Amino acid sequence: MQNDQVLLQVENLKKYFRMDNSFSNKHRQDLTAVDDVSFVIKRGETFGLVGESGCGKSTIGRTIVRLYEPTGGRIIFDGDDITTMSQKDLHPYRKRIQMIFQDPYASLNTRMTVAEIIGEGMLTHKLSNNSERLERVHYLLNTVGLKKEHANRYPHEFSGGQRQRIGIARSLAVEPELIICDEPISALDVSIQAQVVNMLEDLQDKMGLTYLFIAHDLSMVKHISDRIGVMYLGKLMEVCDSNELYENPLNPYTKALLSSIPVPDPRANRTSKRIVLQGDVKSPINPPPSCRFNPRCPMCQQICREQTPELLEVRPNHFVACHFVK
Amino acid sequence: MSDTILEVNGLQTSFYTHLGEVQAVRGLSFKMKKGDILGIVGESGSGKSVSALSLMKLIDFPGRIKAGSIVFDKKDITNYSNTKMSDMRGNDMAMIFQDPMTSLNPVFSIKSQMVEVIRRHRKVNRRDALKVAVEMLHLVGIPEPEKRIHAYPHQFSGGMRQRVMIATALSCNPKLLIADEPTTALDVTIQAQIIDIMKHVSKELHTSIILITHDLGVIAELCSRIIVMYGGMAMEKGNIDDIFYRPSHPYTRGLLQSLPRMDSHAKDRLIPIKGSPPDLMKPPSGCPFSPRCPHAMNICREEAAPTFKVGEGHTSVCWLLHKDAPAVEGYAKGEVADAE
Repeated sequence: MQNDQVLLQVENLKKYFRMDNSFSNKHRQDLTAVDDVSFVIKRGETFGLVGESGCGKSTIGRTIVRLYEPTGGRIIFDGDDITTMSQKDLHPYRKRIQMIFQDPYASLNTRMTVAEIIGEGMLTHKLSNNSERLERVHYLLNTVGLKKEHANRYPHEFSGGQRQRIGIARSLAVEPELIICDEPISALDVSIQAQVVNMLEDLQDKMGLTYLFIAHDLSMVKHISDRIGVMYLGKLMEVCDSNELYENPLNPYTKALLSSIPVPDPRANRTSKRIVLQGDVKSPINPPPSCRFNPRCPMCQQICREQTPELLEVRPNHFVACHFVK
Repeated sequence: MSDTILEVNGLQTSFYTHLGEVQAVRGLSFKMKKGDILGIVGESGSGKSVSALSLMKLIDFPGRIKAGSIVFDKKDITNYSNTKMSDMRGNDMAMIFQDPMTSLNPVFSIKSQMVEVIRRHRKVNRRDALKVAVEMLHLVGIPEPEKRIHAYPHQFSGGMRQRVMIATALSCNPKLLIADEPTTALDVTIQAQIIDIMKHVSKELHTSIILITHDLGVIAELCSRIIVMYGGMAMEKGNIDDIFYRPSHPYTRGLLQSLPRMDSHAKDRLIPIKGSPPDLMKPPSGCPFSPRCPHAMNICREEAAPTFKVGEGHTSVCWLLHKDAPAVEGYAKGEVADAE
């Protein structure tokens, strides 16, 4: 299933949000949500992005589909640069990149029936006539584990897990190649999360989909992803294979993140030693050139406060941004 | 038993809405020892938060505690008046909530909020109350508490606010601390800090803690006793090792199996629990888990199961443990236990 063909390439992507807290330009400040991030996603794989709240992982997802205009860098989808494409030219690409959102209560229009929600994309992209469309809606509902009777109902009649299935059916309707899953399971109950994750995996096998899976739950990301990128304050800290990340984390932040996950296994907890980080995440507004993790890093030296470490390939397919991992 | 801090018998709490009665808690009984950390796990709608609010008697209209008794520190508080409860809340039993962003008042400084609590329950002057408040902030690891205490909640991050909440809750040295999803709104690295603080508090101050969460990982780190709730009922009770290594209820098993394991190398498939949680407006007859249970029998849909004793201090509410039930691998037969 998996080949080495690159589907999405993100090069030095930057997204700054301007903070207008004054009328004069002198006090203009930028919030660097995403700062110089590069990665590739191969066709058929699942690339996971993890990080704490405010690290810019959702911003990356939204910038890739151009819900936000990038401040700098390039987004190359299947060989085409879509970074500055006009909305009109972008239209065919919208069909190829779809998105699933975190909150299944906010991402479905309450005044539309399920059939209208799922069929809207097909209508926009002129993919089917009326009768075909309803047939396809029924087929899609079946694919995501709902019944065709559900087509005429409204979103409020469904539970959170079912709504998330509707959101997934909507994204599948236009037969996309890449689906950006922005925290698709974090609003769901534990027993429902596994249902949705299994379904996403089945769909990938069946339709050859590529996922960008954004989440803060590292154990779930580890489960679903082939490769993982760890983010901290707008920077990628480490990118590698998901098993490698778990077994051999190199960046101090990744190590701390992994060790702070509470494991549902009391015996393992009794023996393992946790690294508890001190302090909080610092502000992403106008950060000086430095390693973003330096105030909390147990290994911090002078150089960390002065220079931004680059993301380097320290081992085959294992990229780390740290002055002390070479 | 003198070392029992809390005893709950047959607690039932319902909310009377336009659409009918929502039976949030349907008969919860447990005993808690002094100094223990008791974990209550369950999904949203399992009744775990309402149970906690009922213990504090914070259930407001249209909700009502329908039946049951709550004995706290040898006093039966079931019929305590609101005034009497006010003296106890914050003093003998304190609570911290899920969302540290909304549970502090934004227009008062941390200092005035903490001093208010201390002065409400103790006869101390402002200066001494402030001293206590600073001490508590120090205990929960806020740097420079003398200065930071004058700040307002918006100047604190989520993790810091949760620490302030814990400090405030502990400032009158309560016997029981109820923590309702204290780390759910926080990032993992901050969650690890808060877990450490709770461990420290229970060791230093010998405070009994009830921890309510849906995260089995947090439970595994902190608790010694666990109650698994589903559909407003306790499904299984036991020590931490019983629940994690010898679960004897299909729901507990399902919950444990549906979690991804970090150490598994192969891409195993997750084993989800099929279906979705029950509607408490019209809960299924019999066992609330029966519509989703892989081993459900006819009797499960008709009659609620009695409590079976599986081991020392380990009980489970499931018909599979009955001596006449068909044998299912991994479920040993138990004896009907007396109601705890």
